[in-house]
Amino acid sequence: MKLEKIKSVSRRDFLKVGGVGVASLAGLTSLRGLSTAGTEAAHQSEHDHAEDHGAMGTVGQVDHEANGFTPMDLLYDFDYGEVKEENGRTVREWQVVAVDREFEIAPGIYFPGWLYGSQSSAASRRAGRIVGQCPGPTFRCVEGELLRLHFTNASSHPHTIHFHSIHAATMDGVPGVGPGMIQPGGSFTYEMEAAPFGCHLYHCHAIPLKRHIHKGLYGAFIVDPDPEKYSGEEKEIAKSRNHQYPENQDVNEMVMVMNGFDTNFDGDNEVYAANSIAFAYMNEPIQIRGDQKQRLYLVNITEFDPINSMHIHANFFDYYDHGTTLQPTLKTVDTIMQCQAQRGILEFSFAGFEPGRYMFHAHQSEFAELGWMGFFEVIE
Amino acid sequence: MQKTETITTTRLPKWVLALLPLVLLIGLVAIFLAVNPLAVFTDAFPPLEELTIQRVRFPAAGQIELSVINGGPDPVTIAQVLVDDAYWQFAIEPTQTLDRLETATVALTYPWVKDEPLPITLITSTGITFGTEVEVAVESPPADSGTLLTYGLLGIYVGIIPVALGMLWYPFLRHIDRKWVNAILALTVGLLVFLFVDTLLEALEIAAEVPGVFQGVPLVIFGTLLTLGVLMAIGQRRGQRTPLSIATLIALGIGLHNFGEGLAIGAAFAAGAAALGSFLVIGFTLHNITEGVGIVAPLTKEKERPKLHVFVLLALLAGTPAILGTWIGGLAFSPFLAALFLSIGAGAILQVIWEVGKLLVNDARRSGQPAVSWLNFAGLTAGILVMYLTAFLVKF
Repeated sequence: MKLEKIKSVSRRDFLKVGGVGVASLAGLTSLRGLSTAGTEAAHQSEHDHAEDHGAMGTVGQVDHEANGFTPMDLLYDFDYGEVKEENGRTVREWQVVAVDREFEIAPGIYFPGWLYGSQSSAASRRAGRIVGQCPGPTFRCVEGELLRLHFTNASSHPHTIHFHSIHAATMDGVPGVGPGMIQPGGSFTYEMEAAPFGCHLYHCHAIPLKRHIHKGLYGAFIVDPDPEKYSGEEKEIAKSRNHQYPENQDVNEMVMVMNGFDTNFDGDNEVYAANSIAFAYMNEPIQIRGDQKQRLYLVNITEFDPINSMHIHANFFDYYDHGTTLQPTLKTVDTIMQCQAQRGILEFSFAGFEPGRYMFHAHQSEFAELGWMGFFEVIE
Repeated sequence: MQKTETITTTRLPKWVLALLPLVLLIGLVAIFLAVNPLAVFTDAFPPLEELTIQRVRFPAAGQIELSVINGGPDPVTIAQVLVDDAYWQFAIEPTQTLDRLETATVALTYPWVKDEPLPITLITSTGITFGTEVEVAVESPPADSGTLLTYGLLGIYVGIIPVALGMLWYPFLRHIDRKWVNAILALTVGLLVFLFVDTLLEALEIAAEVPGVFQGVPLVIFGTLLTLGVLMAIGQRRGQRTPLSIATLIALGIGLHNFGEGLAIGAAFAAGAAALGSFLVIGFTLHNITEGVGIVAPLTKEKERPKLHVFVLLALLAGTPAILGTWIGGLAFSPFLAALFLSIGAGAILQVIWEVGKLLVNDARRSGQPAVSWLNFAGLTAGILVMYLTAFLVKF
């Protein structure tokens, strides 16, 4: 792999993003209508419950508009970057920025984060400028492609991007190797071939590492398998996993990054969540069609706790640890655990299930009641 | 010469001179508020937040009520409430954002478990947490006549009854030798010294719970010293004390101590921190019986036996505050007021130690004996020891 010359990308170029904004704004408005309806229903059921036991959960609503990203963005937005051909090879590029920004992680609770944003994320396209989000954008590509991540550090601290993938030492994004830590105002292009296929993760590896991760510099990194490399049944499975194939369109694909926030910096998280916002998918349940196959890319980046977990109620799933296999590594389970940086793919279906709300949460009850809890709402 | 100089150099009336520094001060404050020349020092820092959960009540099964005060310099917004490490829905009155020294009431519906501990945490908009740990969750007493009666009885048991019982030793004390009476007075000093230390420590312990802005520890220290000063000044005006006036002062000091004791008992029972058992009540009776001896000991110096109603009034003066204490402690406990009252009690006891000590010294001087005789010292030691050992029954 060749070391790419550090590109000087002016920030103004980043901030000028085309006219996609207006169209997506309209989309956001209709989405908000949906969320309000869901919230009212949730309050109704909580009220019934409150007669005896009160109600677990937060009071009030997070201002997702002010955050610039919604729980549904984080769940459904795959950032494919910009694709082009170079000497017959597919090259995929992203413009990535690290910023300092405060955002709301639970109603009324603001966290002073360090966040990644990308020019091609849904939140940035809607805003017409790069929006720092937590977790960072879900970068998605296909195995074998050449990836270039043009990283600019617009934060007040040095940062890096460290990918959990196969790459050269100089592209590892750790202090003291290759470009080392990218200083504020500095930039660097990380270049690597997408390998291996699977559900991966990237995060800042600047020191002190613990603080840089827990401040919010992380995100999912998905490498789709290339069906051309497989045959028979495996080829079909690879097609279903690869976003460029129609077989993939039949599957409802979601991303959840399990994280936590130590708001008082005492080495213990006050808020846990899937995708940062406490109880987000409880206040706004995830709509699931009974006739559709479900695929969930699940990543654990929770700091301070050795493990995190996911449990789906009233259903079982197949699990692909790291997503690096086409056959499940665990079959028919309803709970899996992940250490920090462990990740995997969950495949399940609610076919034939009675419509209604099916809960999912960390099966560390403490994490669940501190925000890592939500609902799948199965609709006809 | 200096005087004439003063007269010639000042043309302004005196009141203008008196007001001049104040006017300049107001001007300076106005400039600071308008221009904020020290902004450079404050802009670099995030707002300082300080919340205190003053009181946790359990009005009924499944209900929790918190009383919160903002003791910090800046407004604080309570964003969420965690009960036992779980976010829980709540209502807050009058507002979520508390200004400096503003209080609020947080109400929750939560299925708390009787007799079990319960941690409660407030989390502010900046993510800072302020918590409290309820030692044992029990339903708080409602403010009705039944509660007043129960707590009143408790006050009578720990306050009036033991003091009255102790005073019944008076006829015996009248018939013993003078040097033994002095030993009993020394014993009184001993128990007063114990009560002083006990009251002061209790006050300092509660002072730690007082929001920082009220400066709990200085409050206690100056409360004690100023009470001592006021009582001494009153004493100077009256000149020589009669034995009855000393007994009255002892009763008052002990009464203030018993008020503090009542506060502690009432608050502890209401908060479920102590079980109300016969053992504990008997313990308090034994512990406080010496107080009655202490009150009547100076009266043996009276030539005539005081009338019965004098004894009754002294017993009420020393014992009744315990009833008031249990009521306030059980129904409206405030760390600030508790620390203040306890420090007043400590000051009053200190003054009584001074008075009884003086009585002993004067008596010794008249009889040509040393004030700190071995017998008196033994009495003092016995007083402290009796209080220390009987305290085993009531310390929790």
